Order: sequence, then C-alpha cells, then structure tokens
Amino acid sequence: MQTSRWIEIVVGLFVLAGIGAFFVLAMKVSNLSQFGNSGGYTVTADFNDIGGLKVRAPVTVAGVRVGRVTSIGFDNNTYEAVVHMTIEQQYDKFPTDTSARIFTAGLLGEQYISLQPGGSEHYLKNGDRIKLTQSALVLEQLIGQFLFNKAATPGKP
Amino acid sequence: MLNVVQRLGRSGLGFLERFGRAFLFLLQTLSGLPNLLPRPGLVIAQVYSTGVLSLLIIVVSGLFVGMVLGLQGYNTLVKFNAEESLGVVVALSLVRELGPVISALLFAGRAGSALTAEIGLMKATEQLSGMEMMAVDPVKRIIAPRFLGGVISLPLLAAIFSMVGVFGGYFVGVSLLGVDSGAFWSQMQAKVGFHEDIVNGVIKSVVFAVVVTWIAVYEGYDAAPTSEGVSRATTRTVVYASLAVLALDFVLTALMFREG
Repeated sequence: MQTSRWIEIVVGLFVLAGIGAFFVLAMKVSNLSQFGNSGGYTVTADFNDIGGLKVRAPVTVAGVRVGRVTSIGFDNNTYEAVVHMTIEQQYDKFPTDTSARIFTAGLLGEQYISLQPGGSEHYLKNGDRIKLTQSALVLEQLIGQFLFNKAATPGKP
Repeated sequence: MLNVVQRLGRSGLGFLERFGRAFLFLLQTLSGLPNLLPRPGLVIAQVYSTGVLSLLIIVVSGLFVGMVLGLQGYNTLVKFNAEESLGVVVALSLVRELGPVISALLFAGRAGSALTAEIGLMKATEQLSGMEMMAVDPVKRIIAPRFLGGVISLPLLAAIFSMVGVFGGYFVGVSLLGVDSGAFWSQMQAKVGFHEDIVNGVIKSVVFAVVVTWIAVYEGYDAAPTSEGVSRATTRTVVYASLAVLALDFVLTALMFREG
C-alpha cells in the first residue's frame, strides 16, 4: 500500500512539474505575459508606405512600448496601408491629434510605430483613426534622393 | 521480372493489412478508455513507469541540447553582431522543433521499447490469453491504461525538455559567454508568440505522443509470441516510431509555420 501511495505522489509531482514547465514557457519565454491579458483599445492609422512593418510589431511612445500592431490591410480606394494597433487600456490619454510615425530600430532592425502625442483636449477612443501619419523611411528612396541632390548641385565633382 | 513485381505487391498488401489492423486496434483501445475512469490507479502506475522514469534522460538531454544551441547560436550570431538574439534562437528552436521531436525520440527509445517488450512478453507467456479465459478484455485492462499513460506523459516531458533547454541556453549564453541577460529574455519574449509557437509545439508533442504510444502498444500486442518475436517487435517499435516522428514533424511544421 505504501508503494502505491508513493507512486501516486511522485506522479502528481511529475504532472505538476510538466504543467509548471508549460507555464514557464508561456510566461517567461513567450509574449503572453506582456500582451493581451489586460485588454486594450484599437486605433487605426493610414500610411502611404509602411516599409517592412509586420503584424505584432511594437507601438511605442517616448520609447516605451504601449501596444502592438494587430493587423495590416490595404485600402483599395485610397491606395494606402491600413494599420490596426491595440493600445493597452492603462494608456488611455492620447489626444486625438496624436501622430504616428514608422521608425526602424537600429540600421537593420525591425520596424515599429512611434506615437507622438498632440495637444488636443479630446482623447483617442476605441475605433478612432490617427490622421497624422508619417511613412517609413525606405533606404532606396533615401539613397535615390541623395544621388538626385548630388546631381542637381552644379560645379562640384 | 514478374516475380519481383509480385513480391512488391505482396509486401504492399502486407503493409496495408498491418496498417489496417493497427488502426482497428487503435479504435479498440480508444473505446476502452472510458473504462479507466473508475480506476485511475492503472493509468497513474503507467504515467509513473513511462513518464517519471523518463524524467532523468529528458532533463539531462534537454540541458545539453540547450547548452549546445547556446554555443552554436552564439558563434554564428556574434559574426553579425546579433548575439542579443541568442534567446530567440534557443527558445524558438527548442519550443518549435527540438523539444517535441527529441523528447519523442527519447521517449520511443526509453518508454516505447519497454512498453512493447512488456506487452510482447505478456503475450509470449500467455498472460494475455489467460486474461481472456477469465473474461477480462486485455485491451481494456492492459493496453488502454498504457496508451493513455504514454499520451499523458510525453507532452509533459516535452514541456520540461523545452524549459530546461532554455535555461541551459541561458546558462551558456549569459553566464559563460556574456550575453546581456535582459536582452536575452526581452528579445525572446518579443519574438516568441504564445499561440504561434508554444501552443503549436504542444500540439506537435500530443500528436507524437499518440503515434509513438500507439506504435509501441500495437507492436507489443502484435508480436510473435517467442523471444525472437519480442526482440524484433521492440526493434520495430523504435525504428517505426522514430521514422513516424520525423516524417510527421515535417508535415506538421509545413502546416503550422507558414509565414503569413
């Protein structure tokens, strides 16, 4: 009788260890702990060019992550990219004239959205649209502009 | 020439016949599962012998696999000045692939072969037919608890393997090679998705658990009732289970991780 009790205890511990390992994977390794559990509100922004922005890219204000990009679509009428992002509920005081810009972390890093709060007295709500946007910097365009300016400047080699 | 074709056809038919029998056997086993509800002790004993006793080999190999990933990943990433991504490399390889696959392979060798040998020996010593004489269905009394025990054990083992591996990679990367600890975890958390990666890894290990345990109990039940037959069945379990795991892994990966 004692051995079967012992086996049951050990099996219980084993099952607990397995479930514990799963929780460690969920909380410590994946993004579950920092996103989704507190909920949030969704805002939309239209960009001329999103560059290499991906779904799940961070949305930051002053460098602090406040949300994530949830989906990226394309508007067939305006030919603009439609980016939906979820902002965590605790950050609910962004003015309606907040502007959104797409930046790159480092020279070759991933792209993210940076919000720049404006001065309006009304706050963004669920489903609102950010009107002021600035597209991603595409490296080829920059180089093209640079060469174009070079060529346009006369008298220099 | 015709003989060759005939032999090919015979082996093909034989394979189909074995597969059909194995499938019917699986259905029979599954129908025996409800009978286990009033007697959880049978399953607990099997979880002990397949799961708890496999814990040591799983933990040790998980640790070493994680440490090797840490070393190799660091050596490659440092060339691109991207050693902060080491956590992502270690965690994604473990959670998506190595955790489910290696623990399934180890499980087939450690627990699957034991299951086959045990059941095959029961058959060779006519314990199974003895049970039938006493109107006890051996599939319900012997096979079903072993099947369920294996299916419970392997996903838990795979989760433990992945977790230990991540900490092995952390030990090598952060403690020995000097990767920044904060970057290791934060990059990992930013790039590893719960639904995309963790849940899909668990689904993989559940599929592997069903397949490996199914092969193991079937080969034991189907073994020729001689000592040679049992030894052959044990070998077949390890070979078939490993092949099935590797092939299924490819299929599952192709289905799960299409970059959208």
